Order: sequence, then C-alpha cells, then structure tokens
Amino acid sequence: MTPKVVLVTGVSRFLGGHLAARFAANPDIERVLGVDTEPPPRDLLRRMGRAEFVRADIRNPLISKVISTANVDTVVHASVTANPAGPTGRTVMKEMNVIGTMQLLAACQKSPKVQKLVVKSTSAVYGSSSRDPAVFTEDMGPKDLPSSGYAKDAVEVEGYVRGFGRRRPDVNVTTLRFTNFIGPRIDTVLTRYFALPVVPTVLGYDARVQLLHSEDALAVLERATLHDLPGVYNVGGDGVLLLSQAIRRAGRLNLPVPSMAVPTVGGFFRSARLVDFSPDQMRFLNWGRVVDTTQLKKEFGFTPRWTTQQAFDDYVSGRGLKPFVDPETIAAAERGILDAAARFR
Amino acid sequence: MAGARVIPLHDPERDAARRSRHVEVVPEPAQQQSETPDWERRLADLLSFARRRIAGDYQIDEFGFDRDLTENVLMPPLKPLYEKWFRVETIGLSNIPTAGGALIVANHSGTLPLDALMTSYGIASEHPAQRHMRMLGADLVFRTPLLGALARKSGQTLACNPDAERLLSSGELVGVWPEGFKGIGKPFKDRYKLQRFGRGGFVSAALKTGVPIIPCSIVGAEEIYPMIGDIKALARLFGFPYFPVTPFFPLLGPLGAIPLPSKWYIEFGEPIRTDVFGENPADDPMLVFNLTDQIRETIQQTLYRLLTQRRNVFLG
Repeated sequence: MTPKVVLVTGVSRFLGGHLAARFAANPDIERVLGVDTEPPPRDLLRRMGRAEFVRADIRNPLISKVISTANVDTVVHASVTANPAGPTGRTVMKEMNVIGTMQLLAACQKSPKVQKLVVKSTSAVYGSSSRDPAVFTEDMGPKDLPSSGYAKDAVEVEGYVRGFGRRRPDVNVTTLRFTNFIGPRIDTVLTRYFALPVVPTVLGYDARVQLLHSEDALAVLERATLHDLPGVYNVGGDGVLLLSQAIRRAGRLNLPVPSMAVPTVGGFFRSARLVDFSPDQMRFLNWGRVVDTTQLKKEFGFTPRWTTQQAFDDYVSGRGLKPFVDPETIAAAERGILDAAARFR
Repeated sequence: MAGARVIPLHDPERDAARRSRHVEVVPEPAQQQSETPDWERRLADLLSFARRRIAGDYQIDEFGFDRDLTENVLMPPLKPLYEKWFRVETIGLSNIPTAGGALIVANHSGTLPLDALMTSYGIASEHPAQRHMRMLGADLVFRTPLLGALARKSGQTLACNPDAERLLSSGELVGVWPEGFKGIGKPFKDRYKLQRFGRGGFVSAALKTGVPIIPCSIVGAEEIYPMIGDIKALARLFGFPYFPVTPFFPLLGPLGAIPLPSKWYIEFGEPIRTDVFGENPADDPMLVFNLTDQIRETIQQTLYRLLTQRRNVFLG
C-alpha cells in the first residue's frame, strides 16, 4: 500500500528533513507533512520542496488535530534523538523523546485513518556491557536496563510503541533499531567525536563499533514507509570496526584515559562544547555493540550499500579530515627503508 | 573406553599433505637466489604490518577477532613457551576437521589459563589447516580492562549460548573449558580430577548446530603452578575467583610467576557426532546430561591413561 498522506516528525533534523524531501519527490504520495518544534535550516527546507512544514510540538495535543484534519494515513516518527540541543538540553531531549512519543501515539490511536507507523529507534535499547553476547538479534533484551539517557528513552519509546501495536492491531508498525549513523553530511555525537584532533578513549577498552551510512538509513526509512513491512528490525552496515581502528583510519590521535579520569575528561569536553557524551554513550565506548542484520536482509529485503568500513571512510573523506601523518609519507618511509635494505644485500 | 586406541605413526592424510608440500618446495631454491634474502622479506613483512596498523587497514570480525594482530603479534611469543619450555606434544590432531564447525572440550588447570593458550597455539601451528580456535571465556575476562580487549582481539568471546551457536554455525572451531574457575583454580592435591562440567550449555550449543564435539585432554598443565593454598581474603579484595599460593608465589614475587617446565601432552579424542539425535535434540535435557557425562568421562579416562604412560613430570 502506497501511503497517500505522510507525516514525518523531526523534520528540522537531518534524517527527518531528508526523508520528507524524498517523499516530496515521490509523485505517488499526495501530501507530505513535516512536524517539528523549530523550522528546518534553509537548505533543508529548499530540498523539501512541496512538503508542508507544520510548526508543532508533538508534546502538545494539537498534534492530534493535525493528524485528523489532514487525513494522515502514515506516520514516520523520526524525531527520537540522541543529540541534546544544548548544555541543558538533556531534560528537554527526554521530554521530546518520551512525552512526545506518548502524545503522538495517542493521536495516532485516536485517528482511524492512520494505517502505518514507522518508528526510528536505536540499537542502544540492547544496552552495552561485558556480559552481553557479541551480536544482538532482535529477540534479545538488555542485560542491565539502561538507567539513563537516550538508551532509556528508546526503551520507553519502544514500550509505548508495543502498547500502541496491541491497541491498534490494524496498524502496521515497523520499529527500526538503527546502529550509530555516520556519513559526510549527518551531524551526530559520533561524527563530532571522530572529528576531534585528539580522540579520547577509555584505557584498556576497545569497543566494536557498527555503523550505518546516513543514506542507507534514509533508504531503510523510505522503504519501511512505502511498503508494508511490520516488525522489529536491526539496521546496521555489514562488518565491524574497532574504535581504535576507526581512529587510525580517520588519521586521528588516540588519547587513552584511565577510567577513573573519564568523568573529568567527559566534563571538560562537554563544557568546551566539543562533544556531549551521556553515561550510556560512555559505556558504548567501552564495549561497543554489534547487531545481527539477517532479518533486515531476509524479511525486510534491504542490504545496506555501505559496509561499516566504507561508510566510515566516506565520512572521513567527505568531511575532509586531514590525518596527522599522511599515508603517503608512511608508504614512502616503507619504500625508503626497503631500498636501503636492498643496498645492504 | 574399550581399550587403547591404535594411533597410526604415519597418518596417510598428513603424509600426503607433506609430500605435496615437498613438491611445491622444489622450484623455490632457484628462485630464492635471484630474489630477496630471507631477512629482507621478513623486514618487508614487518614494515607492511606496521603500515597496516598505523592506517587501521585490517579486518576484524563481528566478535572483534583481529587475525592480523593475532598471527603477527600475539601468537609468535607463545612459540618458545610451546616448543622449548613445555615441549608440548599433540596427539590426534587429525581428529580436528580441516573445515567446518567443531567444538573442542578440554580439561582446565594450572592457575593461569596457559593450557588454553597452548592448545590454541598447537592447533594454529601444527594442524594442517592451521585453524584458529575461538575460545569461550568467562565474563570476568571481558570485564577486566586491557585483558578483555586483548581477549576479543585474539578471537575469544563470552561463554554464552548465542555466541557459541553463532560461531559454530558459521563454521568456526570453538574451544571451551567447561570446568571454568572450578577447574583452573583447584588445589594441587585435586590434580587431574575433573570438576563439574557446568550446566552442559556447550553440549546444547553443539546439538543445536549439529557440529561434532572433540574431547581434549591436557596433561602437564596441572604442574606449572602447583596451587597449595588460596588466600580467600585477598581474592575477595581484588575481585578474583581465587588468590593462588604456590611454592614460589607470592614468596618470590614476580619470579614466582615463572611456570615450572613440565612436559605437556595434548590429546584430541575421537569426535562425538551430535547430528544423529533427530529433531530438536537440545530440548531433551536427559540427552544433554548424558552427552555431558560421556564427554567428561572420555576426558577423565584419557587423562588417566596419559598419566600412567608418563614417567616423569618434567621429562615426560
């Protein structure tokens, strides 16, 4: 079933905005509504073309009116976010994520026209600890329930989505658990982290990181909206990078910090407005997380175009990150030593 | 055990492999003279390894196994320990398949898990397919900084059923030490007495994936650090499962950490098939218990046999 009227939340951010732009470019969709608390940046707005922007707060019951008067049949909930808006943004972020989802779902439940709900969730719902299996499948749960931050928000959001699915069995609900996004254009905690000249890591830990190219993320969200594919799916690129390996690939310097000093260093980076890591993201940097994407490929019918490594390399070259030591210099040094050795033969 | 098994001195398969390798070697000397000498090739390898490491240009798998690092950095230091110090002799390596999933189950001993390191080195260096054994470790290993990261890079993963099944079904060779801390931290007087084999989780993983189980008996590891005492208070303080007292540790401090040079034997037994039990065999707890017992008994009997054949702890 091709949707007629699509409502996308979180359009002033990268994913929501570009998703609305893709829907606007699709002639089969009659109307595209984008919702957010603040208007999208101008270049994003231009891309969105015929999509209409509704400045509304999904925490407000007004959203119900928008959904019913516009005859929305498909809701894409892409506003659940890990990136707090500012130093005090964490409480606001939690409210937007959790209360916003509750309101949005209540509005969807009220409107009989809604046929499909696509939720952008995160693989952070699996938590991150030393006692976890190496690879998470969709049926696994976290060993320790995330106690704060984005991961907890996401667990609660998924809980409400499941509740909604029970109350409205006629609605196709697709929950997508994304791994961390990366790409030349998207701005996340992780893209800012790898762009630091000296990248702090936790001493003695090396996380396994699975990434998803932002274009693949958009393609998955688009596919979930245009086709009926209910269920919960892990979404991530193939392959894994170690955190140390990713830092080397980006040509950054690695600064291992003893775990005792991590809160202090984290605080410094937060107050310097460089990177704002929440405690659950700190845990992610210790152990990392890898998800199984068999369901995505078999049931959902999508194979990411970029592997984790390719996506990361695309991010590095797209951002123009200059490595500290030029790979050419290293290769030249290698040749030089070998030539010298050959002369000794 | 129905009597001693005949171990052929000349395994036809391996002989054939050796002969074919020999044929390949023949044209090489002529080539070698005109090309680079050995030390130079090694230097080139070293440099290209260094370049790969600096650029992050290597692959790891989803469990965090870094083959490049394992083969070039982690394995080589084990060679003198394996060949010169413990003079390990492997028996029945041909029982390990050259490809496809298999589960190696071994006895655990020696205060520090050197037995696991030696077994994995033995398979990686002496088995014709040079397979990497992927070991299942306790969560204490992965919780510990440095050690945890290193364990993952060397191909280990957490001992839990999802990981074991994932490795086995993707055709990896998996090693498990089901006695865990009970086995490795047992007092010297209990040497070569197998402890309880957990809950048989490893058997159900093998049953679910239908891979053979290879019992492995290790003789010699019990004597490397004879544990004559256990300081419970210190163990609790550091969060260790035990704090060993050996004749030389902690008396001689770091010198006490040098293992005694016992002579080792590692015997891989006949594979036990797990794909012959019909539908959903892992759901039958009795079968799981029986298989667990059978494997435990096989290892125990092999240990006794190897011990009677051994005349001296250090000379073999």
